[in-house]
Amino acid sequence: MTDLKHRPSDDRQATALPMDLTARELARWSWRQVTSMRTALVLLLLLALAAIPGSVIPQENIDSLAVSQWRDNHPRLAPIWDRLDLFSVYGSVWFSAIYILLMISLVGCIIPRLFVYARALRAKPPRAPRHLQRLPESTSYTCDEDPEVVLTRAAKVIRRRRFRVVRLEGSDAVSAERGHLREAGNLVFHLAVIVVLVGVATGSLFGYKGGVIMFNGEDYGFSNNLTQYDDFAPGSLFDPSVMEPFTFKITDFDVSWITDGRRTGMARDFVAHLDYTTEPGAETQEYDLKVNHPLTIGGTDVFLIGHGYAPVITIKDGDGNVVQSGPTVFLPTNAQTFESFGVIKAPDAQPDQLGLEGTFYPTFAMSRDAEGNLSMPASVFGDAYDPLVSLFVYTGDVGLDDGSGSSVYVLDKSRTTQVMKKDGQPFRMDLRPGDTVTLPDGLGSVTFDGLQRWNKIQVSRTPGSMVALTGVVAALIGLLGSLFIRPRRVWVRARRRDDGTTLVEVARLDRSNGAVPGESTELADIVGSLRGSEKESS
Amino acid sequence: MTDAQWEVFSYQSVIGAAVLYFLAMLAYFVELAGLRAVAPDEEVGDRRTAVAGRLGLVLTVFAVVVHFVALVARGLAADPNRVPWGNMYEFTISGTFVVALVFLVATKVWGTEWLGPLVTTFVVAALMAGFLALDDAVLPLPDALNSYWLVIHVVSAVISTGAFTIGALLSVLYLVKSRSTSDRGYLARVPDLPKLDRLSYRMHAFGFPVWTFAVLITGPIWAHQAWGAYWNWDPKEVWAFITWVVYAAYLHARATAGWRGRNAAYLALVGVATLWFNFIGINFFSSSSQHSYAKSTGAEHSLVQRSAVVDVLATVEVAQEVRVVVRADHPRL
Ligand code: HEM
Repeated sequence: MTDLKHRPSDDRQATALPMDLTARELARWSWRQVTSMRTALVLLLLLALAAIPGSVIPQENIDSLAVSQWRDNHPRLAPIWDRLDLFSVYGSVWFSAIYILLMISLVGCIIPRLFVYARALRAKPPRAPRHLQRLPESTSYTCDEDPEVVLTRAAKVIRRRRFRVVRLEGSDAVSAERGHLREAGNLVFHLAVIVVLVGVATGSLFGYKGGVIMFNGEDYGFSNNLTQYDDFAPGSLFDPSVMEPFTFKITDFDVSWITDGRRTGMARDFVAHLDYTTEPGAETQEYDLKVNHPLTIGGTDVFLIGHGYAPVITIKDGDGNVVQSGPTVFLPTNAQTFESFGVIKAPDAQPDQLGLEGTFYPTFAMSRDAEGNLSMPASVFGDAYDPLVSLFVYTGDVGLDDGSGSSVYVLDKSRTTQVMKKDGQPFRMDLRPGDTVTLPDGLGSVTFDGLQRWNKIQVSRTPGSMVALTGVVAALIGLLGSLFIRPRRVWVRARRRDDGTTLVEVARLDRSNGAVPGESTELADIVGSLRGSEKESS
Repeated sequence: MTDAQWEVFSYQSVIGAAVLYFLAMLAYFVELAGLRAVAPDEEVGDRRTAVAGRLGLVLTVFAVVVHFVALVARGLAADPNRVPWGNMYEFTISGTFVVALVFLVATKVWGTEWLGPLVTTFVVAALMAGFLALDDAVLPLPDALNSYWLVIHVVSAVISTGAFTIGALLSVLYLVKSRSTSDRGYLARVPDLPKLDRLSYRMHAFGFPVWTFAVLITGPIWAHQAWGAYWNWDPKEVWAFITWVVYAAYLHARATAGWRGRNAAYLALVGVATLWFNFIGINFFSSSSQHSYAKSTGAEHSLVQRSAVVDVLATVEVAQEVRVVVRADHPRL
C-alpha cells in the first residue's frame, strides 16, 4: 500500500518553483501553491496548532483577572507575550492570518470545482472502456438472446436502481452513473464553512456584549444604552444606534438552597422576575429570567449569569450627616458559601474621608482551632441565615475626589491610614442587621440596615448567529453527502459472438473514498436482475 | 429504592461490569496465547483457545449489559433523576460504555471480534482510572447544565468519542501489524492492512459528523442559552475545536492527498490524543473553563484545604448534617 497515492481528482498539487519567472508566472505559481491540496492540509494542521496557546495562557477577553495576575507573576515574560498577542490569541494577527489564508485557499479551490461540477452534471455517463474485464469489479455471462434485447433490459434494470443511463451513439454498451450528489455535498460543505465564518465575523464586528450588576427591587431599573453598563465589549464596527431601547427591572429574585441531605449547601433554580418594556411607552411585560432561559427582545438576548449580596449600610460622619447610604455590591469570593468581599467609600465625610473594607458572611460562624479556641470567622452556608458584615475602617484619601475613576470594588490604601483600637490592634466592627457601631475618635457611625440582593445580567447582541448556525447545519448535511454517498458507474456490454451466442459483460466502478472492490453486492444484484428477467421472459 | 441505594447499586454494577470486562480480557489473553503458534489460515485445533475467544465475547456482552444498568442506576440516584453526565466520573463510565457498545455493534456488522483484547483492556483501564481518580458525588446538575441540549450535546459527544476511540485502536493495530513480520499468532490473524485502514476510516467517517453536530451545533446553542455567548474560546471549546480540525485534516488528507495507511493512522492518533486530552488533561492546565463539570477534580483539593469550614459546621444549627461540597467554581449560577 502506498501512502501517497495520487488520484485523478488531485487536480492541484503543489509544484516546484519554475526557474526564471515573469511576474505573471510568479503570481500564477503562488496562486497554485495557495490553492493546492497540500497547502490546505498544512493550514488546517497549523490552525489546530495555533489554537493551543490560547487554552493554556489566560486570555484577555475570557478572564482578564487571570491575565493581570499572570502579568504580575511573570513581569519579564509579559511584555514578550504581549508582543506576540498571546493574551488574545484568537484575535491575533497570526491566528487570523492562518484562517484567512485557509479561506482564500478554500475559495480558490472550490470555485473552479463548482464549474467542473456544473459541467459534470450536464455530461453524459462516459463511454464504456474497451476492456470491461479489466475493471476491478466485473463479470460476464453468455446467453442466447439478441444483444439489443439484453441492452434494452439492462437499461431498464439499471434505471430502476436510480442510475442515469445512456446508450451512446454507435456503442454496443449502456453506460450508467449515479452518486453525483457526493460532489455536491463536498461543495456545500466547503462553501458552508465560508458562510459560518461570515456569520461569526458579523457577530464579532457588529455585535456587543455587556454586563451590568443590578440591585433587586422597584427602585432600580436598567435601560439599554451605553451609559448603563458596568462593562461593555462592542465589536469594532458596532453602531450604538442599533441598540434596542428596552428597559427592565428585577422585581424579585428566587433561589432555593438545599438544606438537607448530602446536597446541602447547593443552590438551584435561580429565577429573576423581570418587569420589562420593549421600548419607551410600551406595555410592561413580565418574564422569569432563568439560567438556560434568556429573554429575547428583538435581536438582543438578556441572560442571568450571577448573583450575590449587597449589604445596605448607612455611614454618618463626625458631624452627624449621612454621607453614604444604600446597598453596596459585595463580590462572592466563595461560590459555595457566598462569603463576599466589598468596599464602601464615603469621600464626603467630615472631618475625614472614610473607607470601609471587609467581608460579608451570609451565615456566620466561628471555627475552633485544635485547643477549642475560636479562630477563623467563616460563612458556612450560601443562604442568609445569620448575616454578618465585618468591616475595617480607613481614613484619608479614599480616592474618589481626584476623579481617578478607581474601581468601586477596590480600596486604594496608599494614601489612607487604618483606624486602630487603643491597644494597637486594627479596629474591626461586626454588624448584624439593625446594628449600629460608633467609630472611635469622633469619626461617625456605621449602621447595617439590612440586606439587598444583586444579579449580574448579561446583555448581548450577536447578529449573524443564525447565519452561522445555518452554515454549520448546511456543512453537516453536505458532509454527510460527501462521506456517505458513493458515486459509481456501471457498464453493460452485449456482443454477438461467432458461435451465435451473446456475451454479456457487466462492470462497476465505485469512485468513493475507501471503496473496496467486491464489498458491495450491487454488481451481483444487477446481473441477477438481468438474468432473472431473462429466465422470466424465456 | 432510595437515591442512596441506587447510588450504591450503581457502584456495585460498575464494579461488576469492570470485573466482567477483566475476565473477558483474561479470556482474550488466553486465546492470544493459544494462537501464538497458529498460522492465520489454520483451523484453531486447540479447543481451549477457541472456547476462550468465544468466552471473551460473551463476557463482554454481559459486561455491557451490567454497565448499562450501572448508568441507569446512576441517573436514578440523582435527585431529581437525570442523565448520568454530571461530572468526569460519570462521563468516564458513559464513554467507556459507548466504546464497548460500538465494539459489539461493529463485531456484529463487520466481524471485528479480533478487537476484543484491545477494547477490553482499554475499558478496564479507563474504568479503573475513572473509579480511582475521578469519583465524585451524585450532585444535582447545576442550573447551567440543566437543559435538554445537554442531553443531545453529550450523547453525540460520547458517541463520537466512542467511534474515534475504536478508530484509534484500529490505527494502533494497523501500525503494529505493519511492523510485524510474524506469520503466526494474533497479529497475523487480524485482517490485512488495507482492511484495517478502511475500518479505521469508517469509524472516523462516522464519528466526524457526529462530533461536528456535538461540538459545532448543539454545543454553541447550549452555550448561548447558558452563558450568553455561543462561542467563548473557553479551553474545553478550544480543544474540541482542535480535535475537530485534526479529524477534518485526517479526512482531508485521505480524500485529497491520498494519505492512506501509516500517515493516516498517525493523524488518527494525534486526533484521539487531543480528544482525550480535552476530556481529562486540560483541567490540569487551565482554570478558566466555564464547563462546570471540569471542576469536579479540583473540588477534592479545595475540600481538603477547607477543613476549617468543615470544623465549623458543628457549631451551626442549620448545618448539623451538612457535608460541605465545596466547588471551586466561579461565583456563577
Ligand atoms: C476550513 C477548511 C477545510 C475543511 C474543514 C475541510 C474539510 C474537508 C473534509 C472533512 C473533507 C472530506 C470529505 C470527504 O471525505 O468526502 C474534505 C474534502 C475535500 N476538500 Fe476540504 N476542507 C477545508 C479546506 C479545503 C481547501 C482549502 C481545499 C482546496 C485547496 C479543499 C479541497 C477539498 C477537496 C477537493 C475535497 C474532496 C476530495 C474528494 O474526495 O474528491 N478543502 N475537506
